[in-house]
Parts: sequence; structure tokens; C-alpha cells
Amino acid sequence: MNMTMKNIIRQYILENFLFTEDESALQYSDSFLDTGIIDSTGVLEIILFIEETFDIKVDDNEMLPSNLDSVDNLTEFVQRKQAQTVAA
Amino acid sequence: MSRLLQDTLLVTAACHPDDTALIAGDVRMSYREVTDYACRLAHALKARGVRRGDRVAIFMDNTWQCALSIYGILLAGGVFVVVNAQTKRDKLAFILRDSDSRVLLSEKNLLRVFGPLVEQMPTLQVLCASESKTLPAGVENLDDALADMPVQPPLQSTISLDLASLIYTSGSTGDPKGVMHTHQSMLFVLQSLVEYLRLEKTDRLLCVLPLAFDYGLYQLLMAVYTGATLVLERTFTYPAQIFNVLENEGVTVFPGVPTIFAMLLAAHERQPLCFAEVKRVTNTAAALPANFNTRLREIFPNADIYRMYGLTECKRVSYLPPEQIQQKPESVGIAIPGTEVMVLDADGQPVKPGEVGTLYVRGSHVMLGYWNQPEKTAHMLKPGSLPGERLLCTHDLFTVDEDGYLYFIGRTDDIIKSRGEKISPLEVETILYGILGIREAAVLGVPDPLLGQAVKAFVSVMEDSTLSEGQIKKLCGDKLEAFMVPKYVTFLPELPKSANGKTDKKALTAMLS
Repeated sequence: MNMTMKNIIRQYILENFLFTEDESALQYSDSFLDTGIIDSTGVLEIILFIEETFDIKVDDNEMLPSNLDSVDNLTEFVQRKQAQTVAA
Repeated sequence: MSRLLQDTLLVTAACHPDDTALIAGDVRMSYREVTDYACRLAHALKARGVRRGDRVAIFMDNTWQCALSIYGILLAGGVFVVVNAQTKRDKLAFILRDSDSRVLLSEKNLLRVFGPLVEQMPTLQVLCASESKTLPAGVENLDDALADMPVQPPLQSTISLDLASLIYTSGSTGDPKGVMHTHQSMLFVLQSLVEYLRLEKTDRLLCVLPLAFDYGLYQLLMAVYTGATLVLERTFTYPAQIFNVLENEGVTVFPGVPTIFAMLLAAHERQPLCFAEVKRVTNTAAALPANFNTRLREIFPNADIYRMYGLTECKRVSYLPPEQIQQKPESVGIAIPGTEVMVLDADGQPVKPGEVGTLYVRGSHVMLGYWNQPEKTAHMLKPGSLPGERLLCTHDLFTVDEDGYLYFIGRTDDIIKSRGEKISPLEVETILYGILGIREAAVLGVPDPLLGQAVKAFVSVMEDSTLSEGQIKKLCGDKLEAFMVPKYVTFLPELPKSANGKTDKKALTAMLS
């Protein structure tokens, strides 16, 4: 499950921001800011994508690098959100 | 008294050495610490051969090292050239060569971009901010270079007519041009900005805009000039981070561009935001929709909102005094203090209220010209009424009302403004024509609610080409900053031509509607 989610997220970033299918172009831990992949409007697209794909709702106060700034961070964030939904 | 830009730092540090100059993430620095660092860097640069008037490039993200490097270069007598951290290798190489920079100051994260240039440019010295001590040959660790340097300011021979900075900006003719500003012009406009923004020592100015962009740069310069505090952030990409900083650091001045304000308003509609400590909100780089005036007041209930207009060639042209925002919600106001503006018709005569003309700017803030570009300079700087005087022709169309307030109508060139950044269609087209398989390419700006304008490319491809939209974007992304990469690519069998055989952009525009 985790690997699948991670791969889905990575594939989305690769296709939509790096315009490539070459997986070596993006490591799971690469910071989007440090690597210059994403700008301020790009992050809105990512949020839309994870909301639609994983059926979660991202609050404004969650738009933090610790939640969103790498494939690893995104995956952990989505898992936390899904767990919250299940618990609620 | 400050004659040189760096004097403003020395004066503030002498009067208020322990006041906080800069907050960047976990880093907090007093004016004494900032000055000590800048002086050590100045000595390190001089030890590497930097002399009065030499250009030194800074290729860094919005970090504290970037901010302080500006003063270090000035204290060494150098001319600073800040290059946006998003810049790709070829363009960085162009700027380094065009400016003939003697030293490059950069950081480890950007080694992937500048690394291969180190061998190609053997006379360029490179200092790199890095926690790691292992750096490639030809790249020195910045901290090591500063370690034994003295903290006293070096002797200065610079005078106020010398260049302080080159600010590279996109033009309709393709390659970026270095706008030359002297110490005199920068200090002059700095005082004018501080006056009309009514900045005080107790202010805390947020800077989420790149320091490579003059709007971001002047937040730093204004903070140092007034002895205020700069709250430096890398980006607005993660808004919640900025919301936290606004509250936790007591930010009082919020400078933004329409894209940032659109994101703020969108967030506000989902969950109400309120930053009561912010006293001033400023907008420039692109026109702020008039309905933002009142909506922004919900987020910033105690702030004056400044609508402004400017161009790098004179830093800032006009501002709407915030008291006038109800009466003149669409206007970008009047000339900034100490300067003059004129809207002239084709014969050089002032237009009547309501008539459209070209905006000219007169004042000590006007640039000296473009670096090594006399023809492009002559296009922008026109003879004034006094001997030797030069007016700045903005080539932008304006009207004035009965009270002399300015209204922006449009541009006369085909520059695209996206997210407040200027994009040259020619620069994007040049990259498209470099892609194997593309036969013809044309680039336009199309309206976009968030970006202002989005970049749209029309291409026709060779018969055997298998290029996809994604591949074209990828190949553009390898060469262009992210904001320049076409958001849309439309394939056509061939592009429409005008009678003289040139691509007919009007016909392309008509296809959009």
C-alpha cells in the first residue's frame, strides 16, 4: 500500500512537474524547494491531486513544507489524514 | 550621512548594534552580526582580487547569506548581481559572462546548476555556502573563506556615481539585460520609498519575494535603511508557513504581487484569515484587481493598502496614497516623492485627461542604462529638456484623470506578465526552436485568474516527429525557469502567417477567443 501510494505520488510529480517518466529524476526524499521543482502555484495543483486521489481534505494550516515538500512528506501526510478520517 | 548604499548598514549598526536586523527561519541576526559578516566577506572578496567596480554574482535562494552578501560585495567596492535561484545553467552562464563577474557566491543546493560552469569559466572564482567540507575542485567553502577575516569595514574608494548593482530583467528582444543602478540612484529611490510607505524603525518587513527581483531586494534595503527588521522567507509556496511567520514574528509590512494576494484570498474564503498587526500591504509587478482592495481589508483590517507601479529601469514610478483608495480604486496613483511623471502623445505633448499616451519618468531614480547595450538603452532613455538629462520612456500606455492620477492601460511590447514576472515570448520561442522536431513556434500570454497571464505555446512539428506536449514542457523546463515553461502547448499543422511571411500572432490570438 505505502509503496503504491508513494509511487502514485512520485509518478504524478514526474509527469506534471518534471515532464518525464524517468524515475531516477526524483528521489522520494528530494525537497521540492531545494530542487526547484515546484513553485507557489504548483503546490495548489499537488493539493488538488492528493485531495482527489486519496479522498482527503487539506486545511490551509497544513500547507507546510513538513507535510508537502517531498514525496516522503506527502505520503506520510496523506496516511496521517486517512487514519484521522478512519478514526473519526 | 549615507552617500553609498552600504553606509546605511554601517550607520544603523553604529546606532543600534543589538537590534534585530534579520530573521530567516531559525536564524536571527543583530545589526552588529550582519555588519561583521558583511565586512568579513568584503575582505575575503578583496583578497580574491575584487576591485572597485568589479561585478560579483550571487546565485542563492532567499537565504540570510544571500541578503548579507549584497552588503559584503558593496563594502568590497563591488557591484552586486543577484541571479534568481530558479535560473537554469545556460542563462546563468549568459549572465556571468555578460556581467563579466569575477566571483560567484552560491550554495550547495545549486551546485547541480552551476557546477559544470566552474570548469568552463576558469577565471571565475566560486565561493559556496555549504555545511559539507567536500566540494568539487575550483569551488571554495564560503565559511572557510571568511574564517580569519577582520570585521572592520575595508577602506572605500567608491563614490556615489559608481555602480552599485546590475539587475537582470527580461526584455522583448530575448536575452536578459543588466539594468545599471548607481549608489546615488538606489539611495535616492530608497529614501523616496521609505517616505511614502511611512516606514519606521519598529517595522517588521516580510520578504517572500526573491531578492533577485528588485521588489524583494528593496525590502532588505528599506529595512536596513530604517533600522527595521527583515523577516526573510524563501517563498510563498507553503502559505501556512507564511501565516505562522506573520503571527509569530509580528510582521507589520506585507509586500506581495497579485498572484500571492489571489492565493491569500482563496485561502481566506475556505477558512477566514486575519492578521491584525500588519499595518501596510503593498502591491506592484502587475495590476491589482480593484475588488481586491476591499477584500484584502478583511484579512488585514488595520492595514493601509498601497497600489503601486514600477519597472526595474527606475525601480518604482508611482503609488496611490492609501487615503485615496476609495475614491480612485483603479488608479496606481502619483509619482513617488521627488520625481515626476508625464503621459505624452505621439508628438511629445501631454495628453488631456482620459486620453491614452505613453508614460515618461523623470528623476534621480532612472537607471544609467543597460549594461553593454547602448542601442537598447537608447530605446528606453530619451533626451530631456535640460542638457544631458535623460527621461525614461516606459513604453507603457496610461491615462491620467483630472487630478493627475495615473491609470495603467497596457503594454506596447509583447512581454508576458505571469505571477508578476516578466517573460519574453522570444526567449521561450528560442528554446522551442532549439527542440529537435519543432518546425515553428510562437508564444502568447493568455488570461489566467491566478497567474495574471499564463504562457501558451503554438507549435508545428516535423512530419516524423513524435513530440508530445509533456516532452516539450520537459525540454523547456531544462532551459527555462519554471514560470517561463508553457502551461499550454497547442499543435497546429502550420502557424498562420502575415503578408510578409512572419508568424501572425494576431491570428493566433483570434483563435483563442
